[in-house]
Amino acid sequence: MSHHQLDARRILCPMPVIRTQNKVQGLAAGDTLEVICTDPGALHDIPAWCRIHGHHVLESRQQGHEWIITVQVGASAN
Amino acid sequence: MSTPRKAVALISGGLDSMLAAKTLLAQGIHVEGINFFTGFCVEGHTHAIRKKDQEKPKRNNALWVAEQIGIKLHIVDVVDEYKDVLLNPKHGYGSNMNPCLDCKGFMVKKAYEWMLAHSFDFIITGEVIGQRPMSQRKDTMPVVARESGALDRLLRPLCAKLLPPTLPEREGWVDRERLHDFSGRTRKPQMALAAQFGITEYSQPAGGCCFLTDVSYSKKLVDLWTGRGTREYDFDDLMLLKVGRHLRPRPHFKLIVGREEGENRFMEGYRHQFMHFQTVSCPGPLVLADGGALSDDDVLLAAGLVARFSQGRDAAQVDVQVTDTLGVSRTLTVTPRPAEQIPAEWYV
Ligand code: SF4
Repeated sequence: MSHHQLDARRILCPMPVIRTQNKVQGLAAGDTLEVICTDPGALHDIPAWCRIHGHHVLESRQQGHEWIITVQVGASAN
Repeated sequence: MSTPRKAVALISGGLDSMLAAKTLLAQGIHVEGINFFTGFCVEGHTHAIRKKDQEKPKRNNALWVAEQIGIKLHIVDVVDEYKDVLLNPKHGYGSNMNPCLDCKGFMVKKAYEWMLAHSFDFIITGEVIGQRPMSQRKDTMPVVARESGALDRLLRPLCAKLLPPTLPEREGWVDRERLHDFSGRTRKPQMALAAQFGITEYSQPAGGCCFLTDVSYSKKLVDLWTGRGTREYDFDDLMLLKVGRHLRPRPHFKLIVGREEGENRFMEGYRHQFMHFQTVSCPGPLVLADGGALSDDDVLLAAGLVARFSQGRDAAQVDVQVTDTLGVSRTLTVTPRPAEQIPAEWYV
């Protein structure tokens, strides 16, 4: 199990979701991915994408004008 | 039937594609959605940028639809490939810069490639005959099927009964009798079907699925090309067409004036790519200058306009800081340009 980061700052939805989706494709079940975003729309879209694909959002936190969403890859990856 | 047949559904986020997918789910077909991001999609963008809109709940409609009906959704970035569709549409444009028929053909072609790569059996769309004047007519339906290469693996569940049977129907994977015969611009049959499925909430985009059907966006896009003397564009251009007030005081440059805090903050990310202006003696918007080299006269003209759009518009003089793309700044003291000296044609 490994931990990864994705810089999705200054791109607007749905780009953060697309980048998350593409990154997750190369990860294994149980891996975690921290996505850093500036578009608050990602707070809505990334969890929605995780729910329909069976991944889990472990945490969403705000740091100034940035949001950090931590996703754990689910068992039935992608 | 041991393993269910698999269909990939083009999901736009509107009601029709949702109903098309739902119709096949009801027949036991395994459905997954696909959604293409062209850079012009109405999703999120401006809503995300403008501060007042950030307070409203927002969502990606395609993801929302997928979750409501319980299917996976694959979002594909086609920004680069889409350029050719927009710049060279074989079938021309609709009422604005929307190349709908070529666009449909392109999306079905991409879905077809995805279908082959993922061992799916066929494609479905929410098209309805007569719904849209350019891309959803009885005579354009075979065009999309043919040009995309999908041929009879393309099924339109909402109007299938008005079209020749496709492979999934002929093979008995899908029961044609339980498909539909919707046509025309009326939304009544869709609403009745939604009610039958217990769907009470859905989005109804007015013009279409993208900014290319929008008059003012199309005008800005054409202005960008005219100003540059080439129809090239990149992703950042598309984003910037969605923010701010655009003024072209001279053929070789235009100004993008942030209208509020959210837009100013978004535009800050582009400061290094453009000469930009900001008032220093009073609050004012961030203004980007997009175009070729600006002469000293151009810079003065721009500074007067920047002052005009600041809170110092009625002051005798305003200090405006100008920063070039190398990050070198200087401050000019200018008189705000009077409103009557800003011709209406300057507004793009
Ligand atoms: S409205 Fe836009 S996305 Fe929809 S078919 Fe026309 S060009 Fe394509």
